[in-house]
Parts: sequence; structure tokens; C-alpha cells
Amino acid sequence: MALSRYTFAAAFGAASVLSVPVAALAQDKILRIGMTAADIPRTLGQPDQGFEGNRFTGMTIYDSLTAWDLSKEDEASVVIASLATDWGVDPEDTTKWIFTLRDDVTFHDGTPFNAEAVVWNVQKVLDEDAPHFDASQVGVTASRMPTLRSARVIDEFTVELTTSEPDSFLPINLTNLFMASPSHWQAKFDETGDAESAWAAFAADPSGSGPFRVTGFVPRERLELAPNTDYWNPDRTPKLDGVVLVPLPEANARTAALLSGQVDWIEAPAPDAIPQIESRGFNIYANPQPHVWPWQLSFAEGSPWLDIRVRHAANLCFDREELQILLGGYMGLPKGTVDPTHPWWGNPDFDIRYDLDEAQRLMSEAGFSAENPLAVKVQTSASGSGQMQPIPMNEYLQQALRDCYFDVELDVIEWNTLFTNWRRGATDESANGAHAINVTFATMDPFFAMVRFSSTGTFPPVSNNWGYFGNDEFDALIADARTTFEDDARDAALGRLHKRLVEEAPFVWVAHDAGPRAMSTRVTGVVQPKSWFIDIAPMDMD
Amino acid sequence: MFGYTLRRIIYTAPVLLGVAVVCFALVHISPGDPLISILPADASVDLQNRLRTLYGFDRSYPEQFILWLGRALQGDLGTSIATGRPVTTEVMRAVANTLMLAAVATFIGFVLGCFFGFVAGYFSNSPLDKAASAAAVFGVSVPHYWLGMVLVIIFSAQLGWFPAAGAGPGGSSQWKFDMEHLSYMVLPALTMSVIPMGIIARTVRALVAEILAQEFVIGLRARGLSELGVFLHVVKNAAPTALAVMGVQLGYLLGGSILIETVFSWPGTGMLLNSAIFQRDLPLLQGTILVLAMFFVVLNLAVDVLQSALDPRIKR
Repeated sequence: MALSRYTFAAAFGAASVLSVPVAALAQDKILRIGMTAADIPRTLGQPDQGFEGNRFTGMTIYDSLTAWDLSKEDEASVVIASLATDWGVDPEDTTKWIFTLRDDVTFHDGTPFNAEAVVWNVQKVLDEDAPHFDASQVGVTASRMPTLRSARVIDEFTVELTTSEPDSFLPINLTNLFMASPSHWQAKFDETGDAESAWAAFAADPSGSGPFRVTGFVPRERLELAPNTDYWNPDRTPKLDGVVLVPLPEANARTAALLSGQVDWIEAPAPDAIPQIESRGFNIYANPQPHVWPWQLSFAEGSPWLDIRVRHAANLCFDREELQILLGGYMGLPKGTVDPTHPWWGNPDFDIRYDLDEAQRLMSEAGFSAENPLAVKVQTSASGSGQMQPIPMNEYLQQALRDCYFDVELDVIEWNTLFTNWRRGATDESANGAHAINVTFATMDPFFAMVRFSSTGTFPPVSNNWGYFGNDEFDALIADARTTFEDDARDAALGRLHKRLVEEAPFVWVAHDAGPRAMSTRVTGVVQPKSWFIDIAPMDMD
Repeated sequence: MFGYTLRRIIYTAPVLLGVAVVCFALVHISPGDPLISILPADASVDLQNRLRTLYGFDRSYPEQFILWLGRALQGDLGTSIATGRPVTTEVMRAVANTLMLAAVATFIGFVLGCFFGFVAGYFSNSPLDKAASAAAVFGVSVPHYWLGMVLVIIFSAQLGWFPAAGAGPGGSSQWKFDMEHLSYMVLPALTMSVIPMGIIARTVRALVAEILAQEFVIGLRARGLSELGVFLHVVKNAAPTALAVMGVQLGYLLGGSILIETVFSWPGTGMLLNSAIFQRDLPLLQGTILVLAMFFVVLNLAVDVLQSALDPRIKR
């Protein structure tokens, strides 16, 4: 017994000494972030790991021609100028865009940013004959700017970009093309002798023009960033001494790392840990993101959703605020694919709300009742990126929709399989007879938010119009939006598309993710915009 | 002895080839797209086909296997699709981290396991035996990821004594054997040691109890040998089996515990496998499994040779 006491005292003493460095670290203005990614997102220019990659190793190290406005938390995040100061389509040939570039930007290696750098960065993912072409960056880039084909220097600070067809979405797409330093890559190429090795060396020691530069990189463990004090944008010149990114894929490990003072900020804390995190004095930041958690409905022959009354009834039949409580409050209440503050809102006539009486009336009118319920089958997953809490949320819907005479069967499959099935369509055998699929999606860009779900040109296997929703009216609305090049007019055209989309209801809109993140109270200057992204550059620490 | 060792080494060659075939086949028959980490599901069909060709996934499986095996025999396990880094470098870095953790965990597990096992075996059916056996059963039964989480909640989140995650303040590349770095290893090593501790304790207990019941022990005592002398005889007789069990356990731990390494964000082979599986990073997955399987085979070979040295009857 006495030995146990001594042992305990010794362990306590040793541990107290050991805990000193952990606490000491926290005194610097080094912002330590626990990411959900299992690895450091790629640092060579075009990050992987989805938008978390763009958030932490894209927008920090690099700039793009256009960027998202992340300075407001109560308005929709819209596209603003970044490395390009001005742009417009060539009225003679609407597949050509002219971008005017900033003339005061240098990369971290000291070389200037100019039109040649833009052409080089377009070639790295689109020109297979270019010496610096990198197949590994193609997928995450080309899919987000599907119509961009080439770039040409007009003069030192003017560049022409060409698309495969007239496409007014290009300036939005270009937020995903990050500008890496051609000279720095060339230096790596001269050292290593082949393009693949040069990119690997570039990733370990990258050079962009962003507000932070890389000072330390341990693959899969940590990325250290220092402020770029010569940054061209004074509003985004960092005040922090540095940023450390740590991959912590396990939610409980992230929470423990925050509570023990090992990191100052964690992404996506475990929902059931949020009360504890708040009780320990940490701040939780959340805001509805451009994200939709839907049931995407089938319009294939024989589908129960072909009747618009049934689609509307499902949208009216459950109380989203109740679901919000189930998720600890961290959920946005959808009124459509985008919210009413968004430029693409368009004032739909169908109001997505909780109205049980109206839902029951619509279902009765459609010929269903408690004795004669409508059987619907929904394919979903037990987990997955952006899926929030798919099983409890779907079970909630299953239960709630019973009041409107729906008999919901859930077909739960593995996430990657579900994701692959999404491309195969409702009539494919992989759908297993499902009438709806539950795959969440981002709505930053009009193509990914609306076009791919409502065009007859995006039926499977071309894209993700799983339910085969589309007709001439929607094709015309899409064509109008794509060929309207003035920003406000384009947004108005997208508003008309969104209005009709909500009214036709090819989805049951269930939730927007609020993307909670927990931070130490030492972190100041935090603006949580309505975006997948957050700007670290203006942040500071007490 | 030399002939036996050589024979054992030759026997490992077909095993390794079999491992390579199974490893390649398992990875390729599992569902999902190998390019998922670099190619969103909404990418165009053209783009998917282009990348499939660029990465060589449009070739037949036998062709892909032969190319992969040919490169692997030269020490080149390919390049990770997700990170673009050489698989060999990735795997070796992770193996070094896991080896470090596994060695400490095995040491703790072996020492505690032998201690509990000998105590239980020597004092069979006594309260000491029951207590030691209970500790062993706890070790075998407790879900180690759960234990890891509990330890993190108590010692990291609540008390703040030990870091919750990672392999040192500057990452594993700056690892040093000082108190600051070792503090990162305490919780994962303790968690990882629990299962080998339980298994070794139960094995040793059974062995000791069985050996003590044998006639030669009665003979030793009848000849007036001291209890320490008898104990040394028991140890010598129990050692080959205990060693074999420890070898197998070390092999398991070298494979890295996906759960423990994920709970503690320890950058070892378990975490690497986890990441490779979720990203469907086939070259990384194949390379990691192959290297781990080779470690297992080599470790078993070493244990076999060591066992035969301790007990020459095994050679027959």
C-alpha cells in the first residue's frame, strides 16, 4: 500500500515535469490546429483532402486569380479579386476571358508573379506535353474547372484563358487554381532531373505567394508555417508568429488534444464533447456552410417521387428545428440549396418549412393514408465525408415521415460504395431498388450546386444527376446562366434556376452542415463565414 | 544448426511470394476506385479514363502485378497516389515509429506478463493466482482502443500530465529519448502492452503450473536443490514457448494497431494503413502490407531459430 502511494507520488511528480513543455508551447503566438485529415493535405499547389485541403494548405500558402470573400459572417461568401484585379469575357468570342493581374506580387522565393506564371500553372494540370505536367494534380483541379482548356500570355500582366464552351462560371472555378512558383519548381527540377521528383521536392519545400510560407514539414505529422511579411495584401498580412497544422483524424483525439492544451483549435469536435469543451472555456464557432444534406430523389419510371405532391409533402413533413436539437444545435435550416441571403436565391414560391397538416393533405390527395402508406427506399451510408450523422438523421426522417404516410426503408451501405453508386444512377442495379440517395454535397460553385443535378446533359454516368431529373426548361435556364457574363446578371440567372429547382423539389432538403470548430479563447480576430473556408491570415493570439 | 537455419530461410521464399500474391489480390478485389484520393467522384468520364491510363490502372491485373513485383524486388514499392511520395520512404518511416512503440510495449507486456504468469503459476489456486489471473484476463479482454481513450481522458484531458496525441513536440523526425519526447509514448505504449501482457501471463501461468507438476521438479527438490535452482529450471523449460508467444505478439504489434495509433495519432504503420485504406491508395496499401508481412515472416524465422537454439529437440 505504501509502495503504491510512493509510486503514485513519483508518477505525479514526473508527469508534472513532463507537462511543463506542453504548457510552455502555448505561450507563443503559434496557432496550432488539429485537422480532421489523416495526413497533411498536399502542399504542392493543388491540395487533396477536399475543401479542408484548400482551407489549410491552399489558401494559406498560395493565392488564386479569384478568391472567396471570407470577411463577413452574416452574408453569403462571394467571389472577389485576388491575384487578378479585373476580368471579362471577349465579346467577339465568349470562350476567351481576359484577366488583368496584380503587378506587385512576388512568390516566397522572391521571383515575380506574372502572366507567364499563370500560363505555367494552367499547363501543370492541362497540358500533358508540358515538362511540369503533374497527373496527380489533374483530378482535383480539372474536375473543379471542367471547361478551362488553355492559357496564353498577352503581356506581362495580362493573360487570356480559353474555355471549351462559353462558361460564365469560370471566375468562380478559378478559386481552385492555386499559383505555384515556376522558378522554384525549375530549381527543384534542375536538382532532381525528373518532373515527378521535382514535384515531390517542391511539395516538401513549396513556394507560393500566400500569406504564409512553409518552414517545416514532417509528412503525416505536422506542417509549420511562418508569416509572409512581404505579403501583397495588407488586410491579410499575418499577425501570428506561425501556424502548425496537425492531422488528428479521430474526433476524440482532437478533443483531448484541445482540452490538454496541445492544440489551440480543432476542426469538427465530437458533437457529444461540445458541452464539455464549452464548459472548459473554449469558443465554438459555427455558421451554416454551402453544403446540403439531402435525399436526392429518383425520377426514373415507376418512382413514387414522380408526383410533385409527394415531393412537397416529404419536404414539409418533418421539423428541422427538432433535428437541429438532435445535432446539438450545429445544423443550418435549409430553405433550398442556397439560403435566402445568397445571390442565387431567386425567391422560390415553394416555402420549405414544417407544415404537417399541409403535408398530410398533399399525401391524401396523392392517394395515400396511414392504412395505405407509400413505400420508399433510401440508400445511405453509416459515415462519410460531409454526411454528418447519417444514421440518426435518417432514422429521424424515417420516423417523422411515417406521420405523412411514408413507409421508409433504409439501405445502408459503405461510404465509398455509396459515392461510386452516386455516379451510376437510380436505374443501375447498384441502386438496389432505391428511390432516393443520401449523398451530401458542396454548393460553392453553380455547377456543383445545381447544374449537375438538373441538366439532361449530366445524367449518369456523365455526372451526378442520380435521379435523372431534367427537362428542356432546366436546360434552357442552365444555358442562360452559363452564357450570361456580367456578374449580377449571371447571379440573377442562377436565381431563376434555383427558384425553379426548389419549386420542382428534386430533393428533400434536410440540413446544412454548420461546420463547428472549437478554439482557445487566446485566438482572436476569428470570422466564421458562411463558407467551407476560414481565413487564418487576419487572426491573432493574446 | 546452420543447415536448419538455411532450410528455414529457403522455406520463407514461397511464403513471401504467396504473401505478395495475396496482398496484391486482396487490395485489387476490394470495392472502390483506386484514384478516389485524387479524383472526385464528379470528375468527367474522360478525365477518369485519362488518369487511369496515366497511372497504369488500365492494364490487366497480371501485368500490373508483374510490374509491381519487379519494382518491389529492386526495393521500389512505387509512389503513393495520394501524396506523391515514395512508398518505401513512407513505410520505413512508419515502421521505425511503430517499432519504437512496439518494442517498449512488448517490453512492458513481457515483463508484466511473465511476472503475473510466474506468480499465478507458482501460487496456483491461491488468492495471488486469482489476482494475477484477473489482471491477465483484463489484459486480454479489455478493448484496447477503449482503454486508450479512457487513459487519454484521465491523463491528458483532465489531468494534463501527458500529451494526448503525436510523437513528440516536433514530430517523429525530431525524436529524442528524453523525458519530453518519452512523455508522448507513455499512454500509447501502456495501452498497447495490455494485450501481450495478458496473453503472455496466461501462457506462462499454464506452463509454470504444468512444469511444476512434472516429476523432474519433484526430483530436483528431492535432490535438495534450492527453490531458486528449481525456479531457474522452470524458467528454462518455459522459455521456448514463452519466447514463441512473445515473438508472435511482437509481430502483431509491429503491424501497428490501427486503433491505438489512430486514438493517439501515433505516426506508425497502423495509422499509415488506416490512411491508405480510407484514401484507397493502392500502392501505399500494397507496400505497407507487404513490408509488414515480410517483417512477420522474418520475425517468425528468427523465433524459430532461437527456439531451436534453446531446445535442440525442435530441429528434429
